[in-house]
Amino acid sequence: MTTGEMAPRAPQVQEEAGYPRHPPRMGFFTDTSVCIGCKACEVACKEWNRLPADGPFELTGMSFDNTTQLSASTWRHVAFIEQRKPVRAPGGPAGDQQDLRWLMASDVCKHCTDAACLNVCPTGSLFRTEFGTVVVQDDVCNGCGYCVSACPYGVIDKREDDGRVFKCTLCYDRIGDGLIPACAKACPTESIQYGPLDELLERAEARLADLHGDGVPDARLYGNDPADGVRGNGAFFLLLDEPEVYGLPPAPRDATRDLPAMWAHAAVAAVTLVCGIAVAFAGSRRAG
Amino acid sequence: MTTRESAGDRAAGTTGQDGRRFASYYDRHVVKPPVWHERYVGGYLYLGGLAGASSVLAAGAELTGRPRLARAGKVAALTGISLSAAALIADLGRPERFVNMLRTFKPTSPMNMGSWLLAAYGPLAGAGAVTDLTGRFPAAGRAACYGAALLGPAVATYTAVLIGDTAVPAWHGGHREMPFMFAGSAMASAAGAALLAAPAAENAPARHAAVLGTVLELAAGRLMRRRMGMVAETYERGRAGSLLRAAETLGVLGAAGALAAARAPRPRAIAALSGAALLAASACLRLGVFAAGVASAEDPRYTVVPQRERLSAAAS
Repeated sequence: MTTGEMAPRAPQVQEEAGYPRHPPRMGFFTDTSVCIGCKACEVACKEWNRLPADGPFELTGMSFDNTTQLSASTWRHVAFIEQRKPVRAPGGPAGDQQDLRWLMASDVCKHCTDAACLNVCPTGSLFRTEFGTVVVQDDVCNGCGYCVSACPYGVIDKREDDGRVFKCTLCYDRIGDGLIPACAKACPTESIQYGPLDELLERAEARLADLHGDGVPDARLYGNDPADGVRGNGAFFLLLDEPEVYGLPPAPRDATRDLPAMWAHAAVAAVTLVCGIAVAFAGSRRAG
Repeated sequence: MTTRESAGDRAAGTTGQDGRRFASYYDRHVVKPPVWHERYVGGYLYLGGLAGASSVLAAGAELTGRPRLARAGKVAALTGISLSAAALIADLGRPERFVNMLRTFKPTSPMNMGSWLLAAYGPLAGAGAVTDLTGRFPAAGRAACYGAALLGPAVATYTAVLIGDTAVPAWHGGHREMPFMFAGSAMASAAGAALLAAPAAENAPARHAAVLGTVLELAAGRLMRRRMGMVAETYERGRAGSLLRAAETLGVLGAAGALAAARAPRPRAIAALSGAALLAASACLRLGVFAAGVASAEDPRYTVVPQRERLSAAAS
């Protein structure tokens, strides 16, 4: 539990999941403004989690991004975006129109407060840990693939040769032992920060204020708002452009929120079916 | 398709065919396209609907003393639900773990609820068909038939919730109307199976159900596409568009044939042809819905633009 003076800011999702006593909710703050695109996070994640290759190596032509997306075997993905945009270093002269702005961002599972993948999982393979993260139990998953279509971020994916789904565990096997996740450990610029979510949120707001003060008005936080369509993320970001520029959805939503309405419509439709067939019989006099 | 801008800005911006600008990451999808196989899960949607509505038709026939129509419905229900369960299991990455679907009871997961529903409905449909065909335990068979008819409508419509509860724009966007479209399609396909299998003397209710089902399906589908905004394109273009146009043509022909069969010179042949058309129409509809979902997930525009519109609507 968080102690004392300040009310927790991130939803304490562990209590909703049935943990009466639990450590603070842990998460990632990925500050893309200091990402240098070294991909150490991708490599460290692959090594620690023993993730196989995604396929034969191919050059994509997407700047330095030859990984292309998060997948069952890639749980950190560094995006590279090249833009023609005037850039100005803090305190320096204004840039000109020919400047190249190079955005880099390490994407990861968001560990949503309202996790659609977890909600739709029919086997209970996906579960909420005591740290508030969302993890797949690979000895339970039967590879139904429902979570893949449910995730509003396109994170979780099926490994076709294995048959099951996989995604970031926020290094569940490390953080339980007091270690920090492999990607955060390997990040040389502290672009990836790991810690109690409430602390990260405070730190992110201070960083955002600094950047705005330094004349970077494009800087914004993403996934930090408990009022959004997934009640905020356990892994949130500081971005320098619109989320969709990085391949992130601008207003993600857990579809399960509409489930009561969907069941209601299906129930009325079922009654309609019965009434329709009843009418078909009522309108049919016996021929013989 | 989108037209790309200069290489330097390739990642940042794309312009839609309609001129609507939206940004994407190298035109890559935001949500993952479904990993479900069209033939298995599309087939599951179809066969589940056929089975569920056939059980209701069979119960109606049982109540009104039409034994041949009742038998056709019961056999269609058992066949449909057996094949649909097989398709669902075949689609799993680990089919031997199918039973894990029943290790928990989880109302937030339509697939879990559906598994329980199938676990209850399947044996009833099976008992109804087997007792009818063998003539053994007629009272228990009738009870099973009515039991299957109680659960059948849910089997036919819950699949719309199954695909609606996803981030797939074309599926979630239709979550209000899809159950009605599926109900109509299920009714028409059950009528189709009955027209194929039951004698003309007993199949008047199936002829009427064919028309009612087709009308419900077409009306709900139209309403769905009208309310869906730009995502409706995915139901009109490409593979989905072809399948859905085929479904509409076959459905209208099948329903018209079903109506005409009673007064036609060769009622049996016309009824059978109409029945086959109705079954094919329902299969095309479900495969078309599946294909629209895949198309809507593959193109980032259908994820980004509606979300942007929602954000600006909330801001204004």
